[in-house]
Amino acid sequence: MSKFHVSTQVNGDAVEFLCDPRETLLDCLRDKLNLTGTKEGCGTGDCGACSVTVEGRLVCSCLMLGVEAEGKQIETVEGIADGDMLHPLQKKFIEYAALQCGVCTPGILVAAKSLLEKNPNPTEEETRYWLAGNLCRCTGYDKIIRAVMDTAAELREAS
Amino acid sequence: MDYHSPASFVEASALAANATGITRFLAGGTDVLVQLRSDLVTPDTLIDIKKINGVRDITRNADGSWTLGVAATGAEMSEHPELGRDWPGVVEAMDLIGSTQVQGRATLTGNLCNGSPAADSVPAMVAAGVTVTVTGPDGARELAVEDIPTGPGKTALAKGELISAVNIPARGANGGDAYLRFIPRTEMDIAVVGVGVNLRLDGDKIIEARVSLGAVAPTVLLVEDCAKAIIGTTLDEVALDALATAASAACNPIDDKRGTIEFRTEVAGVLAKRTAKIAYARAKGEHA
Repeated sequence: MSKFHVSTQVNGDAVEFLCDPRETLLDCLRDKLNLTGTKEGCGTGDCGACSVTVEGRLVCSCLMLGVEAEGKQIETVEGIADGDMLHPLQKKFIEYAALQCGVCTPGILVAAKSLLEKNPNPTEEETRYWLAGNLCRCTGYDKIIRAVMDTAAELREAS
Repeated sequence: MDYHSPASFVEASALAANATGITRFLAGGTDVLVQLRSDLVTPDTLIDIKKINGVRDITRNADGSWTLGVAATGAEMSEHPELGRDWPGVVEAMDLIGSTQVQGRATLTGNLCNGSPAADSVPAMVAAGVTVTVTGPDGARELAVEDIPTGPGKTALAKGELISAVNIPARGANGGDAYLRFIPRTEMDIAVVGVGVNLRLDGDKIIEARVSLGAVAPTVLLVEDCAKAIIGTTLDEVALDALATAASAACNPIDDKRGTIEFRTEVAGVLAKRTAKIAYARAKGEHA
């Protein structure tokens, strides 16, 4: 089985890896680049735990092959904080206790950040629909939605 | 598994024609990768068509018709400023599929080639009269969307053939389309019944109509009796009842965990009426 050499950018850093064409972007991020913030939940695109952005577009990294990442710009949860400075979304998630076990949290942070970049003033309904592909079995979602709505309000005030 | 990313459809077709074992084309991958991961289908040859020039383009042609590249995603269709004004039913049907994440990858062509009888975008495309360009070893041909699926998971595409463009007709004057589906919740589910309606008016009277049903037969259906029931009418109560009767009569569904035969047959009639009302209002230029 021949391996493919893939050059790509993850969170602004140029990276390279070798992969089998059957390996997903999720496998490559976790096992080759040691970026284990991105989680595997279902592995079939239903739960959103593996959410990343590719060329600014929110996708499930389990539904994309590593070879498809060639030449693309990828953002993962590891790129959300600025060094030790947490992103406002991350601070609000802590403040609102919008997480319990934490497995869904990286995907939800990536998805919520993507929403706020596209729509700085989403309604609660828009937020709930946008995040409908991110399953959480702990929180009941309400704290997550409140954290995202409050972050959106804070970011609007700051801008 | 061999992975190829050819630079043209002719090259993609030749790769598929010469491949042995199971071949799959990769656009958004939202079905192909799920099947791969669940060990349902492990292709021997995987041909990624996204390196072909123009596959992400959404183009309005000089005559008002549209050409969509086979890798244009649902998100790109929904974000397009003009496409949804011409064909709101087609865009909304595509937008119903999966999550935000799935919309970032999923394509009309993939939804069609996956061959699911419950594919949401397919009844909308059938109602709209969409055709696809098929590139194969003997050149290109154009097929109506309703002629692609031949059964659950099966298509009319021969070895070495692949869809290379999606062609949506010009909207034209006094027309409107709509798609509705029934699911037991508000989001993230597969159609129990889907209905696409596309019609054109002369004044208040319907002069052209196409009605399609999804998830009620082994393939998506184009139902002529439904069109006949409303052509020549103003979509009054009598016409709506005739439409519902024709829609229910066309159903040949299965019982499964998402709906019984009886339920699907009943809902097809109800949804056909609701969908036709939306398409009619749109054709009148009203927001619906």
